[in-house]
Amino acid sequence: MLADITRQDSRAERTRTELAQQTQVGEALVRGLVRAQLALALRLSLVVAIGLGGLPWLFAIAPSLGRTTVAGVNLPWLLLGVASFPFLIGVGWAYVRLAERNEQDFTDLVQRPER
Amino acid sequence: MGNDYVVPAIVAVTLVTVGIGFYGLRLARTTSDFLVASRAISPTWNAAAIGGEYLSAASFLGIAGLVLKYGVDVLWYPVGFAAGYLALLLFVAAPLRRSGAFTLPDFCELRLGSRRLRILATAFVIFIGWLYLVPQLQGAGLTLATVAGSPYPVGALLVAAVVTANVALGGMRAITFVQAFQYWLKLTALAVPAIFLALQWQADARPAVTPPDGPTFRAATTVVVEHRATLTLPDGDVREVRPGDELTFAAGDPVPEVSGVATDAADWLLPSAAGDDDRGLFATYSLILATFLGTMGLPHVLVRFYTNPDGAAARRTTLVVLALVGAFYLLPTLYGVLGRIYTPQLLVSGQTDAVVVLLPGAALGDGLVGRLLAALVAAGAFAAFLSTSSGLLTSVAGVISTDVLGRGSVRGFRLATVIAGGVPAVLALNVSGLDVSQVVGLAFAVAASSFCPLLVLGIWWRGLTDLGAAAGVLVGGGAAIGAVLVTVLGPPLSGWPATLTAQPAAWTVPLAFTVMVAVSMATRRRAPADVAATMLRLHTPEALRM
Repeated sequence: MLADITRQDSRAERTRTELAQQTQVGEALVRGLVRAQLALALRLSLVVAIGLGGLPWLFAIAPSLGRTTVAGVNLPWLLLGVASFPFLIGVGWAYVRLAERNEQDFTDLVQRPER
Repeated sequence: MGNDYVVPAIVAVTLVTVGIGFYGLRLARTTSDFLVASRAISPTWNAAAIGGEYLSAASFLGIAGLVLKYGVDVLWYPVGFAAGYLALLLFVAAPLRRSGAFTLPDFCELRLGSRRLRILATAFVIFIGWLYLVPQLQGAGLTLATVAGSPYPVGALLVAAVVTANVALGGMRAITFVQAFQYWLKLTALAVPAIFLALQWQADARPAVTPPDGPTFRAATTVVVEHRATLTLPDGDVREVRPGDELTFAAGDPVPEVSGVATDAADWLLPSAAGDDDRGLFATYSLILATFLGTMGLPHVLVRFYTNPDGAAARRTTLVVLALVGAFYLLPTLYGVLGRIYTPQLLVSGQTDAVVVLLPGAALGDGLVGRLLAALVAAGAFAAFLSTSSGLLTSVAGVISTDVLGRGSVRGFRLATVIAGGVPAVLALNVSGLDVSQVVGLAFAVAASSFCPLLVLGIWWRGLTDLGAAAGVLVGGGAAIGAVLVTVLGPPLSGWPATLTAQPAAWTVPLAFTVMVAVSMATRRRAPADVAATMLRLHTPEALRM
């Protein structure tokens, strides 16, 4: 049992050294992490670009949408003045969760090198 | 203005700010305490401090004024100011913290190893910082003139002096406590009166915000014009008014049409439609780009990330900040909307920025409640000037003390603070005609066209070179600065030239990215040799640090 842990430790140690010394394996691992995090950030930006960025265009091509009222308030006022903030917070919350998961996957990979 | 609670409220806010500053002074012993608050600040304190620092005069006063004046199209300001934190979270927060860079010039040197790029970044930090400080001081001057009748320079100089002394003596540790306190003060100062205002609106039998015949005066009103405008009276008469003119309206009179203001209900209520004005749509997208991408390039915003213990904490703090500022931005819109009913005279006088401080008195009357709430709002407005100016001053002074004076000592920092605070104070005295929100918007456009591409490409793209970064910052940021100077100092423009210079981000941001990428690819050999090690440091969790 003790020997097992020691062996795992020394493996993890080796991978860390690989990372630090910029071996090809370490380099590939870091590139993978950066690509995963960037892809995640870009995907969520796309959600915001469509969800919020599409609104001015939508209001411009469909003016009747601006005249629609919900509970006496025009739809653009509700969407921009109220709904946009929980939407942004929701996207941010999703990002924090998913980015931490990416990092956890990376950490697991580094610490369990028998891939 | 016969409200004798306003001045004591402003004095109290100022004293508490200075008091917490001196409490912090005892804690600030060494230079590192000064500059990074020893990283011993909890995420909640830090998030409230970031929010407190961020919610400026433009947020507290400007947004409500713009909504009153222009209606639905300017709701992109609060949305963009909040969304800027999402962009910061997605692309910058954790890697920037892990980089260990404390300021933008630090980041340049760390990532690209270039002294000259560092100097360029320093110049931009100082320019953006001052561009953002001037309207804060101006807002202070105008607010004190509105609520207490003091001459304009008094408010501007008061805030400049308090903030300079506080930053020079207390440093960032003290500022963190001050900022956190001021976030909650600002939220309270808008939220509590908002409840009373909503109840009053109910009690007044819910008067329509956009009555079919246009806005009307609820009571007999005398308006003193502050800005030159053309009025179209209901009987069709056209009248030019200039500052100082007095107009009298009886209760129930319709509000005249004012040039440059969305007086017409449909203009104000409905988003700009296709066909009637493509420039409107361009300006909207330009504003969205500037605010979404500009936040990450504001000097006082980035400094705060260094006070997080690690990258994961930086991310969580940013999310809390997003929630805090999002909650705040629900409120100014309400003030702008109710201002259409209770303070239509501001449309005629041109002083729409004063709607937040005047609305409680106008809607709730001159009774005790109305006066106390008006004093609370004025105190909140002062908190906004003090906190944003403090944050800006801390970061501009930090950059000046390390990069211009070349000294890291506490004394050097104090000298730098006096320089950093003195210049915008002098500028603010000479440019009282500028529009607060517009200048703040331009500061965002410059930040989005210079530091945003530098940070995003620096963090995510290995191919960035020092020459590419410098070229992108010079061309994109330079174009944005040119647009700022033309807008502020140049002759009045109309048509497309006016739109392209007043809202430059939609062309300067893509320009900056394109130049940065193209020049980097042309100078590929100059990419730093240690880029792999830097990427490792920026993106791997601290738990794996060797």
